[in-house]
Amino acid sequence: MTDPVLRLEGIVKTFPGVRALDGVSFSVLPGEVHALMGENGAGKSTLMKVLGGIYQPDGGEIVMGGETVVMSGPLEAKSKGIVFIHQELSLAEELSVAENIYLGELPRKSFGRVDWARLAEQTNTILKKLNVGFDAMTRVGDLSIANQQMVEIARALTVDAKAVIFDEPTASLTDAEKVVLFEVIADLQKDGVGIIYISHRMEEIFKITDRISVLRDGQYQGTVETTGTDEETVTQMMIGRKLDLSRNAAHHELGAVALEVRGLSCGDLYRDVSFTVRRGEVVGFYGLVGAGRTEIAETLFGLRVPSAGQILLDGEEVHIHSPADAIGKGISLVPEDRKGQGLVLGMNCRDNMTLPQVDDLRAGPFMAEGAEVAIFDQYRDRLDIRTPGWRQKVGNLSGGNQQKIVIGKWLSMHPNVLIVDEPTRGIDVGSKSEIHKLLRELAAQGYAVIVISSEMPEVLHVSDRIIAMYSGRIMRTFTSDEVTEDSLIQAISGLGGDREA
Amino acid sequence: MQPGALSKALKSGAIWGFIVLELIFFSVAGEFLSLSDKAFMNWENMLLLLKQSAPIGIIAMGMTMVMVNGNIDLSVGATFAIAAIVLLDSMTWPIFAGLGDWVIPVAWLLALLVGTALGALNGLIVWKTGVDAFIVTLGSMLGYRGVVFMFNGENPTSHLNWTLVDFAEAEFLGLATASWFLLAVTLVIWFLTKHTVHGRNAYAIGDNRDAAVNAGIRVGPHMMINFAIIGFLAALSAVVFYSESGSVNPNDGQLYELWVITAVVLGGTKITGGAGSVIGTFGGVIAIQLLRKGLGHIGADTSTVNLVIGCILIAVLFLDRQLNVKGKEELKV
Amino acid sequence: MATLTKQKIGGILARQGILIAFAIFMIAFTLASAKFLSVDNVFSVVRSSAILGVMALGVTFVVISGNLDLSVGSMMSFSTIVVLDLHDKIGPALAIPAMFAMTLCLGAIIGFLVGYLRLNSLIVTLGMLSAIHGLTLTYSGGQNMDIADKEGTWFSVFGQGSALGIPVPILIFVGLAAFLGVVLARTPFGRKVYAVGGNGTAATFSGIRRARIVFQCYLISSACVATAGLIQASRSLGSQNTVGQGLELEVLAAVILGGASLLGGSGTIFKTVIGVLILGFIQNGLLLLGLQFYVQFVVTWVIIILAVWLDIAAKRGKLLSPIA
Repeated sequence: MTDPVLRLEGIVKTFPGVRALDGVSFSVLPGEVHALMGENGAGKSTLMKVLGGIYQPDGGEIVMGGETVVMSGPLEAKSKGIVFIHQELSLAEELSVAENIYLGELPRKSFGRVDWARLAEQTNTILKKLNVGFDAMTRVGDLSIANQQMVEIARALTVDAKAVIFDEPTASLTDAEKVVLFEVIADLQKDGVGIIYISHRMEEIFKITDRISVLRDGQYQGTVETTGTDEETVTQMMIGRKLDLSRNAAHHELGAVALEVRGLSCGDLYRDVSFTVRRGEVVGFYGLVGAGRTEIAETLFGLRVPSAGQILLDGEEVHIHSPADAIGKGISLVPEDRKGQGLVLGMNCRDNMTLPQVDDLRAGPFMAEGAEVAIFDQYRDRLDIRTPGWRQKVGNLSGGNQQKIVIGKWLSMHPNVLIVDEPTRGIDVGSKSEIHKLLRELAAQGYAVIVISSEMPEVLHVSDRIIAMYSGRIMRTFTSDEVTEDSLIQAISGLGGDREA
Repeated sequence: MQPGALSKALKSGAIWGFIVLELIFFSVAGEFLSLSDKAFMNWENMLLLLKQSAPIGIIAMGMTMVMVNGNIDLSVGATFAIAAIVLLDSMTWPIFAGLGDWVIPVAWLLALLVGTALGALNGLIVWKTGVDAFIVTLGSMLGYRGVVFMFNGENPTSHLNWTLVDFAEAEFLGLATASWFLLAVTLVIWFLTKHTVHGRNAYAIGDNRDAAVNAGIRVGPHMMINFAIIGFLAALSAVVFYSESGSVNPNDGQLYELWVITAVVLGGTKITGGAGSVIGTFGGVIAIQLLRKGLGHIGADTSTVNLVIGCILIAVLFLDRQLNVKGKEELKV
Repeated sequence: MATLTKQKIGGILARQGILIAFAIFMIAFTLASAKFLSVDNVFSVVRSSAILGVMALGVTFVVISGNLDLSVGSMMSFSTIVVLDLHDKIGPALAIPAMFAMTLCLGAIIGFLVGYLRLNSLIVTLGMLSAIHGLTLTYSGGQNMDIADKEGTWFSVFGQGSALGIPVPILIFVGLAAFLGVVLARTPFGRKVYAVGGNGTAATFSGIRRARIVFQCYLISSACVATAGLIQASRSLGSQNTVGQGLELEVLAAVILGGASLLGGSGTIFKTVIGVLILGFIQNGLLLLGLQFYVQFVVTWVIIILAVWLDIAAKRGKLLSPIA
C-alpha cells in the first residue's frame, strides 16, 4: 500500500455565520486521478483555497508525506509540490507565454536579471510535451481562449509536482484539445503525481478518474471507486436525493404568439435563428456555454445589434435599440451574471428592485418612496425574500435572495415576455424549486417565458418546449412530451439533431 | 488575429509616425510662418530639444514604471521642487562649509535620498493602507507642496555654484549633460522593465493582479520600489535642472505631473496598467517637446500649445479606443 | 447574523466617521482659540469656502457617477475671464447668461467624450484641463482681465453683497447645496446617478441610459463651475488667467474627504459640504493658532489619507491592507 501524496484530515473552515467546510477528509494517492465533486456552493473552491494557503483552516490538518504541513500562501503550496490549474484564466495577457508559465518564479541571473535563454528553453520543453502550435515568446493576449487554457495547464509541468489540482479544465477546450489534456494527465499519473480533478461533466469523470469524493453543503459525503459506481449514485451523493429528471407535465391554455423571431443572426455569435413563444408558454433554451443562447437574449433586450432577421412582438415587427427600448416594449431580462449585470450591490434592496421603473414612480419631481416600498413588500412576500428590511444592502444577502431580488425587479415590470438566463445558478436546492414553481405560475398567468439554462433537469422541469442549440444554431425543437435525455444531449453536441427532427 | 496585429503595429509605431508628421509640418509651416529664417529641423535645434526634454523625460521614465504597475503618481512635481530646494540649500549649510566643491556630490546625494524617500513613502502608504494610489499621491501632492512653501514662503531659494553650473552646461560628444542623463535614465529603465525580474513582475501585477498574487508575487514591495524609483527620478530631474539654473521658486514643478502623464499616455502606456514601454514614453516626451518648440517656431504662443496638447491627448485616447473595438456584434454596455 | 452586526458597526463608523472627525476638530479649535467659533469668523470661513464648495457640489455628481473631473479648475478660470471680458462689452445682464452658455458647452464636450464615447475620464479631463487653459489664454491674449468701472456696476453683488446680513456667496452655496442635495437624494435622476456609478453594467441592464446620465453629470458640474466663476469674478472684479489653477485637486480632496468613493456609487451632497467645511475650518483654525499658512496643505494631506484609510479599513474590518 502506497502512502498518499496528500491527505486532508477533518478540515474545518468557518466564515462568520457559515460552516463552509465541516470535517472534510480525503486523500490522494500517487498516480491516482481523484475526482472532487459537489454542487455549486458545496465547498469545493473553499477546500482548494485552504489547500492553496489562501485560507487558513480553523481545524484539521493537511498531511504530506507523513508530515503535517501549514500552507502560508500559494507560493508555499507550490514549493511543496501542489500546483493549481485555475478555472478562470489567471494570465497576464500582455506578457509572453513563457513569462506566464513561470509567473512568480522567473529564472534569475545576477543583478535580478531574467535568464531569458533558460526560460525559453524550459518553456519550449514543456510546450513540446503539450504539442501546441505556439512558442515560448508568443504574447498570451494573441492566443485563442483554448490555447490560453493550455498555457494555464502548462504551469502544472513547471515544478516537480506531487499533486496537481485541475479545476474545470475542459470548460473551454475543443475535443482535440481535451485529448491532449488527458494525455498530459496520463503522463503525470505515470510519474506518480496525484491529481485532483474537479468537474461537473460526468462523462469525463467516468473516463479518466480512479476514485470520486463528494462534498455536499461543506460536508464530506464519502469516497467511491469509479469503477464500482455509476452516475446516479454519485448524483445522489451530491444532491442528497435522486436527480429529478421529471418533465413538466402540466400544460395551460396557450395564448397568442407573443414573440416571434425570424432568421435572426448576429455575426458569428449565432445564425439564422427562428422560433416563437406564445403567451402561457415556457420555452427552454438548452445548450453548452457559448452556443449563442445568452447572445440571443441580449439581442432581444437591445444590447446587441442583429446583423440580419426580424423580431416580431404580438405580430408586429419591432427594432429594439436599447434596454430602455426593450423595457418599453414589454420585454424583461433576468441576466446571467447576477452580480455583474443584475444588481447594484452597494444599493439597498428596494432601490434595486424598482430601478427599471424609477421614472414612473414619482410624486411630482420626487421619487414616490411609499410606492417603492409597497412594490418591494409585495414581491418580498410573493417570492419569500429573506432580508431584515428594504434598507439592507443587496450585497449582504445570500445568493438565492439576491436572485429573487432580480426576478422580483423584472416581475414588477409586468412584462409581456420574460427572459430568464440561468435563473438558479449558484443557489441552494430549496430556492431552486421555488423559482421553478414560480416560472410555471407566471406562464399560467399568461406571461410568455423564455428560460435559458445549462442544467438539463431545470430545462426538463419547467419547459413546455425545449430548443436545443449548438454552436450558434438551433439544432432541434422538442415538446416536453417527446424529449428524451439522449436526444437532447445529441442535439446540443451537434450530433444528428437535424436528421431526427 | 490579423486586425489585432495591424492595430498593434499601428499603436507601437504611432508615436514615431506622429513625430515625423510634426517634423514635416513644422518645417513646411515654418517656411511660411516663422519669424526667424532659421530652419526648424536644424541639428542644433534638435540637440537643444533633447536637452529641454530632459526634466520631464527623466520623470516620465519613472511614471512609465508606476503606471505599468497599475498605479499613478500625482506628486512628482512637488517632489521635484523639494529635491531642488534640498540641493540648493544644503550647499549653504554650515556643516558642509569645509568641503569646498566636494559639497556638490553631498548635496546631490542628499537631494536624491530625499526624493527616493518621499517616493517610497507614497509607496508604503499605498501598500499598507490599501488606499488608491490616485488619492494617496493627490494628498501628498498637496502635502509635499506645503512643505516646499513652509521652507521659504513664497520666496525663491537660490544658490549658484559655478563649478556646478560649468558641469551642467558642459557638453560631451556634442550632447549636453542633461541630454546624457535623459538617455542614460531611459536606457536603465528600459533594461529594468524588459530584462529584470522586478520589471517583468511589475507588468504582471498591472496586467492581472489576482494572477500575480496567486503566483506568489509580492505585490506590495514591487509597488513600493516603483514609487521609490519615480521619487528618485523626480529628484534626479531636479538635480540636473537646478544645477544649471541655481534658483528654485516654490511653484516650480507645478503641473509637471500633467505633462509627464500626457507624455506617458501618448507613448502608449495603458492607464489601467500592464502595458507600455519606455521607448514609447521616450517618443511621447520628444513629441510633446517638439510640439512646444514647433508651435513656438511658427509663432504660436504658449496658449496654443496647451490647447493642442489637450486635444491630442483626447484624440489619442479616442483612436486607441477605435482600434480596440471588436466589431459590430459587441455587447452595448 | 454576526456578520451583519459587525458590518453594521463598521458601516456606521464609515458613515459617521467624517462627522465625528469634524466635531472633534471644531471642539479642539474652539478650545484653542476663542475667536474660532465667533459668527464673524464662521461667516468668513464659509464665504471663502464658497467658491471651492460650489465646484465641489458639481464634482460630487461626477464622482458618484463613477468618473473624475480634473478640468474644473481651468474651466473656472475660463468662466471668470469670459464674464469679466463680456461685462464691459455687452453688459452684465447679457454677460452672465453668455458665460454660462459657453461653460456649459465645455461641460457638454467632456460629457460627450466620457459619456457617449466612453473614454477614460481621468485622461479626458486632464486633456481638457490643458486645452481649456489654452483656450482661456487665447481668449484673453494672456492679459489680466479687469472691469473698467469697478464702482458703478451691480455685478459685484454676487461676490460682495449680502442679504439679511448673510453674504451672497454663502447664500448661493447653501441654496445650491440644498437644491442639488434634493436632486441627488430624492429624484429619479439622482437614483440613476447612484446606479450608474455603483454598477454601470447593471444600470444599463435595467434600462438606464448610462451615457446620458454621465453627460448630465458633467453638465451639472460645468454649471456649478460657471457659478463659482461668477462669484470669483464678482468678488474681485478683475482676474488673472490662472485664478482656478490647482483648484481641481482641492475640490476633489473635499469630495473624497466627504467620503465619496472614487469607484463611484457612494457619497452625498451633505457629506461633500462637510468635506468643504473641514478644509475651510482647518485652514482658518491653523491660521488662528498662529501657524504658517502652508501648514494647512500638510495637514490636509494627512487628513485625506486618514479619512480614506479609515473608511476602507472599516469596510474590510482590518486596519492594514491585505496586499502581500
